[in-house]
Amino acid sequence: MGRRICCRPRPLNLMLGILASIIDGVLVGLVYGLAAMGLTLIWGVMDVINLTHGTMVVAGMMGLYLLVNALGISPYLTLPPVLIGGFFVGVALYWIAIHRMVGRPPLMSLLSTFSVNLILIGIGTAVWGTALFNVEVSLPGFSLGRYTFPGAHILAAVLAAVIAAALYFFLHYTRIGKALRAVANNREAAELVGIPTTRLLAIAVGTGVALAGVAGVLIGTLFPFTILSGDGYQLKGFIVTVLGGFGNPVGALLGGIALGVLEGAVTPFVPVSWTLVIEFALFVLVLIAFPNGIFASRRGAL
Amino acid sequence: MKRLCLLAAAATLFAAPAFAEDNITVGFTDSLTGPLNVDSLGQQRGYEFWRDEVNAAGGIKVGGKSYQVKFVSYDDQSVGGRVQQLYTRLINQDKADFLFSPYSSGLTAPAAVISEQYGKIMLDSGGAEEKPFELGNKYLFMVITSASHYLSGAVEALKAKDPHAKIAMVYSDDPFSKAVLAAAKQQAIAAGLQVVMDESYAPSTTDFGPVVNKIISSNADAFMGGGHYSDGATLARQMHDQKAGMKWISILVAPADDKFGELGPSALGVTVPSQWELQVNYKPQFGPTTAEFAKAFQDKFHAKADYHAASGYTSGVVLQHAIEQAGSIDTEKVTAALNATDITTFFGHVKFMTDPGHHGLQDAHKMVLAQWQNADGKLGRQVVWPLEAKSAEIIYPISASQ
Amino acid sequence: MLRRPFFWIIALVIAAFAGLPAIGNDVELRESLVLACVYITLASNLNLMLGYAGYINFGSIVFFGLGGYICVWLIYSHDWPLVWSLLAAGAGVSGLALVFGLGILRLRGAFFALSTIGIVEGVQAFAENFTPWGGSSGIYISPQVFLPLGGSARALWVIYFALVATMGASLYLSYFVKTSKFGLGLLAIGQNEDAAAILGVPTPRYKALAYSASAFLPAIAGGLYFFKSAFIQPSDAFDLTLSTEAIVICMLGGQGTVTGVALGAFLYEQLRGYLLTSSTFANFQLTIAGVLLLLIVLFFPAGLMGFIYSRVPAAKKVLE
Repeated sequence: MGRRICCRPRPLNLMLGILASIIDGVLVGLVYGLAAMGLTLIWGVMDVINLTHGTMVVAGMMGLYLLVNALGISPYLTLPPVLIGGFFVGVALYWIAIHRMVGRPPLMSLLSTFSVNLILIGIGTAVWGTALFNVEVSLPGFSLGRYTFPGAHILAAVLAAVIAAALYFFLHYTRIGKALRAVANNREAAELVGIPTTRLLAIAVGTGVALAGVAGVLIGTLFPFTILSGDGYQLKGFIVTVLGGFGNPVGALLGGIALGVLEGAVTPFVPVSWTLVIEFALFVLVLIAFPNGIFASRRGAL
Repeated sequence: MKRLCLLAAAATLFAAPAFAEDNITVGFTDSLTGPLNVDSLGQQRGYEFWRDEVNAAGGIKVGGKSYQVKFVSYDDQSVGGRVQQLYTRLINQDKADFLFSPYSSGLTAPAAVISEQYGKIMLDSGGAEEKPFELGNKYLFMVITSASHYLSGAVEALKAKDPHAKIAMVYSDDPFSKAVLAAAKQQAIAAGLQVVMDESYAPSTTDFGPVVNKIISSNADAFMGGGHYSDGATLARQMHDQKAGMKWISILVAPADDKFGELGPSALGVTVPSQWELQVNYKPQFGPTTAEFAKAFQDKFHAKADYHAASGYTSGVVLQHAIEQAGSIDTEKVTAALNATDITTFFGHVKFMTDPGHHGLQDAHKMVLAQWQNADGKLGRQVVWPLEAKSAEIIYPISASQ
Repeated sequence: MLRRPFFWIIALVIAAFAGLPAIGNDVELRESLVLACVYITLASNLNLMLGYAGYINFGSIVFFGLGGYICVWLIYSHDWPLVWSLLAAGAGVSGLALVFGLGILRLRGAFFALSTIGIVEGVQAFAENFTPWGGSSGIYISPQVFLPLGGSARALWVIYFALVATMGASLYLSYFVKTSKFGLGLLAIGQNEDAAAILGVPTPRYKALAYSASAFLPAIAGGLYFFKSAFIQPSDAFDLTLSTEAIVICMLGGQGTVTGVALGAFLYEQLRGYLLTSSTFANFQLTIAGVLLLLIVLFFPAGLMGFIYSRVPAAKKVLE
């Protein structure tokens, strides 16, 4: 694979590089958005910040790794089992840590989910340490000049969009979905109308965790990971949620894209180490300027 | 009769110490939990392996007496604050006679503050950064090669293959990686190579896509950098996935672990500076040869020895040698013996600098450069530099083989 | 004030902290109490925002870390004496807190909490890039700086007493605020901010004051702690875990109470220290901490003090 050292005049080269980074940002951003959707769903429905979210993403990654290595199937075939497994784990999480916290100040649910997170990480690191896991995924990609978009990135982005669309459909066109939105809007009223709120809250958490899990599977096809990788994605999840509006899954997707584009657009110009500073500065500024998120609809609506 | 019994009892009380076993207590912390857990495990196993062998051979012989080696260790959770608390405890409560370092420069620095504050010898096999050694210490000794020499072999090897190489240096924003790459940059420029990119990234970065695009934009054809673990692996993978076309790749730490091979094609051709590899063949003045060490380690732990284990083990060997030379466990005497140390073990040549501005820095040991190559269909590391120690030829350019 | 028994209880605690290790020259005890002092200082000051005003500050560590950096940097780069460096650190960080606070205190509930996380991460990322502060390598102080204090061994004791004083000041601050009009205003904000505003409590001013006040003593504690460590780096100075532990301690002890927080900090530190050094539990200390916390949150949400008050109602008259 010979390559000439320089084949284009510099300014055009640079433009192409920026464009490539932005496109890459959109692709990865879609996956970030998916990773945040579970967080924002639970938040929107019951005002609970799920601090196990990052660990659930890692659980999805581990699911991918274990299933691929044990059964030798294609990585993308692990999506259904992780989705279903994640749902049940989420329901269990609801009953263990969240049920009693509904209606109490948000600090309580923060702490209860935080403590469950500690337990999960404690067990995870005791069993697997902080070893690095990698799932090799090789798909033909797409090239733009000297810049390549790996096939795995493109497929992950497409799948993220598909899943987001499915979630939207679920929330707006199915009975359960509409009931969920009713509960998010006004829980007491929903109860008065005869909606079984407890069951729906459990379903919401189940769905949220399932989303975290499948996001984990997709991320696992892109990057190597360890048990502790969850923190980074949870933090990104917070940023995306703030950008996209609390409780707004479509907003989360858009927020994710915005974050991805930001990372891609900033990198060519600024020393790489300043990217994080810029991200967080922007995060705080956006919070101050748009206390309900940039793409927010009415507070409490999905 | 009663008085006789009392007398006999008193006599045994005084006689007992003569039959008791004397211990040398060595204290350290390891990162049982936290991000440094995997590499720390190798070092810890090295320490324990040495202890078990020494004790099985009768202990350390000091002026006619034999001392068994006893360890006291705690989990520092990969957190610097805990390290200081725990080393203070090791010294004051557990009465450690000597100390070994934690794993990683970031944790060794706070530990060194404590060991110097209380005047205890500490052998460092886990932290390669030089700053803690430049503050005027008396009791610190670094067994491994220090950070500024990590990539000198890689620079030499690259220059031999392509004197006009353009290098992109992208590395983690942590004390160790920054020190290594800063020195490498100076060495590269001095060797006539071009450094076209020099940037650090936050250690928590997960997606290097934009960074790799920036590397491509810089027209570099060689890469040097990385950090500790997952970032190095991700960089290798993404450079491959995005077809960055690097002819030469040197990544720190991550590729020295066998699990790096799981990356498959992304790992091929990646070079890594290593303190020690299984193919290295120094003739030891005492202690096991490389082959003996590797086999015994494999038998005991059912895992291949890596350089963390080898350097941990060597800390023990060096300490033992110094104690035996000094004929005492007194700190000052052992310090003098360590300052005079000039030995070769399976790990390599070990000698310490003694001038106050650099006391304890390793003066003799050299890094080797290992490269991931395909041998008989299996992916594994081969030593490719220095030429006297090599077990295979360098593959260059890497992109040719992919 | 001097007639209230609680005032003397705090004084007793301070005396115990200072006296017990000093009597036997017990270095080991002193070291474990250093951490207890730090935890109590952080948790008590956090309580001003968390327990009284009801604002969850995930980023209280940023005061500690920035205070540490300013103090260490002044000593290292400009040879300032310790006392002035500490005061500068305290004043500087309080000032910064006031400025930041004016921005983020307009946010409510979870949004405020998130913004504090953003601030910590942002400041840490900044410190890792800021070369005058050593970037990610941090700043190393040479042992020479301990000479004006009488050498290493003596300096460690001086620093310890200063930390105890800082802890004592935190406890008193917490107490005085709670029994003052300012504190009443904060508690009203914690109950229902809008109602408090309507009733005439100057909410923005009070919140900003509380936030800024809660930064001063932790900054000084940070300066002392990192001076003692002779070494500061961003990952240690801005470790989010410490913030989170401070929140846990407030919950454990009973948020909004002075005794509870102090007791909670002390017990938590002892528990963690034990779990860390016990060979049986070392691998599982995270898991055990998690289980304990979960049980407390689920079944004893009012914390230790809530439990004590429910059993011994008379205690409410004496303790705060």
